[in-house]
Amino acid sequence: MTFQRKHILGLEELSAEEITLILDTAESMKEVSARDVKKVPALRGVTVCNLFYEPSTRTRSSFEIAEKRLSADVLNFTLSHSSVTKGETLLDTARNLEAMGASVIVIRHPMSGSPWLLAKELNSSIINAGDGSHEHPSQALLDLFTIREMKGEIKGLKVAIVGDILHSRVARSNVWGLIKLGAEVRVVGPPTLIPKYIENANARTFYNLEEAIEGADVIIMLRIQMERQESVYFPSLREYSRFYGLTREKLKGADKDATVMHPGPINRGIELSSDIADDASSVILDQVSNGIAVRMAMFYLVASAGRNQ
Amino acid sequence: MSILIKGGRIIDPSQGIDGKGNILIENGHIKSYPKTAKKYEKDLDVTVIDAKGMVVSPGFVDIHVHLREPGFEHKETIRSGCESAAAGGFTSIVCMPNTNPVNDNASVTEYILLKARTEGIVNVFPIGAITKGEMGETLAQIGEMYEAGCVGVSDDGMPVMNAKVMRHAMEYVQAFDIPVISHAEDKNLSGKGVMNEGIVSTELGLAGIPCASEDVMVSRDITVAELTGARLHICHVSTAGSVRLIRAAKKRGVKVTAEVAPHHFILTDEAVSQYDTNAKMNPPLRGKKDREAILVGLKDGTLDAIATDHAPHSEDEKKVEFDIAPFGIIGLETALPLSLKLVQDGVLTINQMISKLTDAPSEILKLGKGTLKIGSAADVAVWDPEKEITVDREKFHSKAKNCPFHGWKLNGSVLYTIVNGEVVYTG
Repeated sequence: MTFQRKHILGLEELSAEEITLILDTAESMKEVSARDVKKVPALRGVTVCNLFYEPSTRTRSSFEIAEKRLSADVLNFTLSHSSVTKGETLLDTARNLEAMGASVIVIRHPMSGSPWLLAKELNSSIINAGDGSHEHPSQALLDLFTIREMKGEIKGLKVAIVGDILHSRVARSNVWGLIKLGAEVRVVGPPTLIPKYIENANARTFYNLEEAIEGADVIIMLRIQMERQESVYFPSLREYSRFYGLTREKLKGADKDATVMHPGPINRGIELSSDIADDASSVILDQVSNGIAVRMAMFYLVASAGRNQ
Repeated sequence: MSILIKGGRIIDPSQGIDGKGNILIENGHIKSYPKTAKKYEKDLDVTVIDAKGMVVSPGFVDIHVHLREPGFEHKETIRSGCESAAAGGFTSIVCMPNTNPVNDNASVTEYILLKARTEGIVNVFPIGAITKGEMGETLAQIGEMYEAGCVGVSDDGMPVMNAKVMRHAMEYVQAFDIPVISHAEDKNLSGKGVMNEGIVSTELGLAGIPCASEDVMVSRDITVAELTGARLHICHVSTAGSVRLIRAAKKRGVKVTAEVAPHHFILTDEAVSQYDTNAKMNPPLRGKKDREAILVGLKDGTLDAIATDHAPHSEDEKKVEFDIAPFGIIGLETALPLSLKLVQDGVLTINQMISKLTDAPSEILKLGKGTLKIGSAADVAVWDPEKEITVDREKFHSKAKNCPFHGWKLNGSVLYTIVNGEVVYTG
């Protein structure tokens, strides 16, 4: 199949075939990253703008390296969180970037749906680098890529996603991606952080960590946002960690080859006990380098879809 | 100056009239129902409107409109809001107090009424705030606003969270025999919600407003109304829970009435699925079961009236991220064709539908409108229930275009709107 999409906004709207195509393409891109000269001319003459309304050094750097390995001209535009509600509107800012010649806009924004607004109103290709509590497609794709690399195939795997599902864009994108590729998905966390309608997406809900990870092949730990402890979602980080933090002891119930993943940065001693974090670190670093390959694949496919049209 | 509307199907639920006939309007009032039109057709002083094949009903009464003036004239003005009303067949509209300044004292009420008299082309009745500045803390100048012409009180958009304040408001209004109008919402439960909490909000990653947020407050307000004996009117009912609570309260004899907006009986939260900010309003579009319960509530009379919650916003304000777009859509110019869908779908008879747009809302606020009784002010709508129209946001008379029905094919078109015996709109 050939990729037809102008934008990559989320995994919910991608088919299993499209997801697989991105992952396959990322494999060739990973090969590029292993060369001495890590550069191909696929995006030569294309201006890509990274429009970030949230500070995210990691994601932005990963996108930037991916863009540069494809020979794109890169423009970084980082705005403060407060500029969302004050000053220039999102559309006006994006139109300015388009006028500067950006034909691909990578957007990270604290409000769900913002990339859809740009896709509707602009001519550029839009890549969603994380919108509010909605989707984080490149993160989910790199998770899928890493899982596939380690386990051979995704179909039939038991995958547990642990933590704040309610506010997590990583969780939503992963749930959709994993289910489309045939995995069995379980979500677990305190009931206040599990939206009751998530079962509609065919994910099974658990409130007990040990039950949820029983026999699991993959455990994706979500980062707990420190500011949530100020609210009424759970009593304290200590209590959260006691019930939903992953320790050596709790991990015993999972598959003996179970892989623990984390989108980073880790809160050591909260989501993961320190020894598990050390064990998991090689996978987490794999995730980081795979992230570049997956993002290169996203750009490559969107650009070639543009040329075909 | 006289007008003869001849040969139309006259439907006036306030008198139980449904039949072919003629109406003579003289000096701004309904003069008579002449048996034959002949005698008047030759009279040069009589304007004849041929209503053959049309429905002739009392002009519609909308008890929930935001005219935005004073303070937000870039969204709507009293003039443009009245023009929008006339184009929708409305001859009387009731405007909410969340202007800037808030209509919480008689001078703002008088300003609105003065503007309406000089620039408005339909009857305008203001609602005063329950509390000063709609802050929910101390009572607004309810008595003086009543004297100035307010027909009810409401902190629309800003629910009175403190039950004690609500209790005293419900006690106090009884001195003037006006109802308390409740925008029923528990702001704490709503939190940062921007749409209905459900499958769609979960998929879209948008913060949800649970149905319970409305149900809890409807329940509280009904309880306080029972305590105080006040007349309570529940605005824009959106949930199955509200319908159930209001039905039970009415059965117990509580003095409670309720309205529903066309978007709540037509759409569900599926309409938000592409982050369409024109599907963002408060209360939000709900789920399928809520919509079904609302249809039953309309049919069995639990929901007394249809009111649009016409809430204009400028295009710039709506073309932003979903989270920061303001709540609200306009409704005056689409209310008739959307309500006629209830008739097409067998939910209401055409008489029931007209009643919910005329005498029933008028009765809730004791406006004395929504009737074609001889001697009453001649507020009349002449409309074609069959004619197919395509909703076109560019053609609205409102200043605003925030409407989720753009491009919809519907049936029902207003031909003449007559206010106090004068034709104010011709379709």
